[in-house]
Amino acid sequence: MYHYDATDKAIVHARVKQFRGQTERYLSGQLSEDEFRPLRLQNGLYIQRHAPMLRIAIPYGLLSSTQLRALADVTGRYDRGTGHFTTRQNLQLNWIELATVPDLLEQLADVEMHAIQTSGNCIRNITTDHFAGIAADEIADPRPWAEVLRQWSTFHPEFAYLPRKFKVAISGSLDDRAAIRVHDLGLQLVKNDAGEIGFTVYAGGGLGRTPLIGHKLRDFLPWQHLLTYSEALVRVYNRYGRRENPYKARIKILVKAIGSEEFARQVEEEWTHIKDGPSTLTAEEVARVASQFSPPAYEKFPTNDLASIAAQYNNKAFSRWLERNVHGHKVPGYAAVTLSLKAPGAAPGDTSVAQMEAAALLADEFSFGELRVAHEQNLILSDVPQRDLHTVWQRAKAAGLASANIGLLADMIVCPGGDFCSLANAKSLPIAAAIHERFADLDYLFDIGDLELNISGCMNSCGHHHLGAIGILGVDKHGEEWYQITLGGAQGNEARIGEVIGRSFAAAEIPDVIERMITTYLAHRHSDEPFGDAVARLGLQPFREAAYRKDPSAEKTAGDAAHV
Amino acid sequence: MSKQLIKNDQLIDDNWQVISLADEATLDDAAALPIPAGPVLIPAAAWLAQRDALRARAADQGDIAVSLAPTFRVEDIADDVQRFAMIAVEFPKFIDGRGYSTARLLRERYAYRGELRAVGNIGRDQLFYLRRVGFDAFLIPQEQNAEAALQSLNDFPEVYQGAVDQPLPLFRRRTA
Repeated sequence: MYHYDATDKAIVHARVKQFRGQTERYLSGQLSEDEFRPLRLQNGLYIQRHAPMLRIAIPYGLLSSTQLRALADVTGRYDRGTGHFTTRQNLQLNWIELATVPDLLEQLADVEMHAIQTSGNCIRNITTDHFAGIAADEIADPRPWAEVLRQWSTFHPEFAYLPRKFKVAISGSLDDRAAIRVHDLGLQLVKNDAGEIGFTVYAGGGLGRTPLIGHKLRDFLPWQHLLTYSEALVRVYNRYGRRENPYKARIKILVKAIGSEEFARQVEEEWTHIKDGPSTLTAEEVARVASQFSPPAYEKFPTNDLASIAAQYNNKAFSRWLERNVHGHKVPGYAAVTLSLKAPGAAPGDTSVAQMEAAALLADEFSFGELRVAHEQNLILSDVPQRDLHTVWQRAKAAGLASANIGLLADMIVCPGGDFCSLANAKSLPIAAAIHERFADLDYLFDIGDLELNISGCMNSCGHHHLGAIGILGVDKHGEEWYQITLGGAQGNEARIGEVIGRSFAAAEIPDVIERMITTYLAHRHSDEPFGDAVARLGLQPFREAAYRKDPSAEKTAGDAAHV
Repeated sequence: MSKQLIKNDQLIDDNWQVISLADEATLDDAAALPIPAGPVLIPAAAWLAQRDALRARAADQGDIAVSLAPTFRVEDIADDVQRFAMIAVEFPKFIDGRGYSTARLLRERYAYRGELRAVGNIGRDQLFYLRRVGFDAFLIPQEQNAEAALQSLNDFPEVYQGAVDQPLPLFRRRTA
C-alpha cells in the first residue's frame, strides 16, 4: 500500500495543527458556529444527536493492520468502544468530544491517517473496488490511480467550496464493484486497442433525493490526462452548479439541466486550455505510486482447492462460510475472505475494539498485514492462503466476524439512522434488527440466496436504498417514522434505481411485508434466479400485491401503529 | 480604523473608493452610474455598460478597478483585463467558491498580472487557498483580526496540486 514520504507526513501533521487552532478559536468564542461549521466538516466532524461524530478517511478502503490497531485504540480511548464502517469505506465514531479531536487526529497522523475532506462541499474520499489488485477480472489496478487522485484532491485550493459534495469512484475490473455509475464522477479503467491504459468517464450519477445514473462523457481518456480532465470537469461544476438550494446543487442536477452532451462539451472546451499543462501525469509519478501497490510475496501453490478443503472438514457451518465469505483470487491457492460485520443483532458495519484488534491480528498472520473495507460495510482479508482458511474461520468465529451471510439478505447495507444521525427522518437500526430476527434461520437465508437489502434513514441515502433489490427508506409523516419500500434496484454494471411500490409502512409492518414479498419470490422464481432478476422479469405487481395483502394480523399491526 | 487590507503579506491602507450598484440594478442603472474621479473600484456591469468611455479613461488615468460578483462570467471582460489597475472578486458568502475559479482563469488564461483582491466574507481560514489560486490582496472584514489572519498564509509547508502560486504539481517537484 501507499506509504507517506516526508512531504505527505508534513502535510497531514500541518493539518492537525491547523485544525487544533481552529478548534481552540471556536471553543474560546473567536469563531462563530457558522464560521466553524465548514471548517470542521472538511475535517469530517459533524455535530450529531448525542455528540460530535468524526468520520475518519480510509482512502479507497485500504488499511494496514497497524492502522486498524490505531483505529481500535482511538475508538477505545475517545469513543465508547464501537466504530461504524460506512458505504464510503470510512470509519465513523459517534461519541466524540470536540476538544479531544486534535489529539485523536495527531495519533492518526502518526499512522498516516486523517479525516481530511470526509465531509463538506469538497472532493470526498475516493472509493474503489474492495478486490482491487486481486480480482481475476481486473483490467488494471485502480489503487495507484485512486492515490494519485487523493493527492490531487487533498486541499485542492480551487475546489474547497463547491456547490455541494463531490464523490469520485474508480473501478479497474470488468465487473463494477465500486458503484461508479452512482457517483458524481465515475472512472472505469480500460485498455484501448493498442493496449494503453485510460478511463471511461461517467458523471452526474448519484443517489439522494434525485437518484440518477451517471452519463458517459468519454469512452477513452488517456491516463496522462486524468488530472487535467478532472480539473476541467470540477471547474465547470464549481462555476455553473446551482448553489441556492442544497437539494439541487449536486453535479447531477447540472448535467440533467443542460444535458450530458452539452455538459461534456463544456468540459472538453475547458479542458483544451489546460490539457498537456504541468498537471499532466508523468510515467515516473505513476510508476512511483504503482510500485507501492506491487503484489506481496505470494507463495507458490499448485492449484485452487476450495472444494477439497470443504470436503476435508465436512462441516456444514464451515462449508457455508466458504460458500458465502470466501472469494476467488487471481493467484492460485489464495482467497479473499470477508469478515462479516453483519452478525445477527449487531448494527450493520459496527465493530468493537476487540473485533478490530482480532481482525488486525488475522491480517498480520494470514494476509500480509493488510485489510480492505468493502462499501457493503464489511472487512476483507485480501490474500489468505487457502490452506489457512479453516484456521481463519475458527478465529473469525471466535471474534464474532464469521457470520456466513455475505451477499444474502442479512448482509444489509444500513446507515446509522435516527439513533445517531441528526439528518435522519427515521431510525434504521431497529428495522435492520427486526429483519435480522425474522430471517434468523440460515437455511432459509441460503434458500433465498443473493439479495441486496439496503436501508437509509433519510433521503440522503447513505444506506444506498435506491440500489437495493429491496430498498427501505425512512420518511417522516407528521412527526412519525414511516418506511417506503423500493424494489428492483441494482449496483454494478447494470446499475438501476429501484421503484417505489406504494404507500409507506409503519416500522412494525416491515418484517411481515418483507417476508410476504420473499414468499412470493420463492413461489415464482426460476431455478437459481436471484430476487432482483425475478423482480425484473415479473415486474412490481406480484410483489406489490404481496406487500399490501390484507391479512388480519397485518391489518391490526398497521392500525395500531397508525393510531399511536 | 485598523488596517484590514493585506497585500503581498503586508497590512496596508486601502485607497480605493468603492462605487456600488444595488443587487437588483438593471443595465440602464449600470449605464447611468456616475463614476467619480479615481481611483475607483466599480462593478464590472458598469464597466461593460460604459465601456467605450471608461476604456479611454483607463488608458489615460489608469485609475479604474472592477469588482466581480460570484455570478459574473470572467470571459465577458477577457479583452479588458490588462486595462484594470486592480480586480476585486467578491465573496458575499465564503462558502460560495466560484471566485476561486474566477481567479485562476484571470491569472492562468487571461494573463492578468495586476492586483487581484478577495473581498467580502473571507478570513484567515480561506487565505491559504485564496492565495494559491492567484489572489495577492485580501480585504479582511473589520470584525476580524487581520494581523492574525496573516499567519494562516503559512498553514501548510507543501501542496500537492499545481495552481497559480506554484504551477508545478508536487509530483514534478518530488526528489527521489
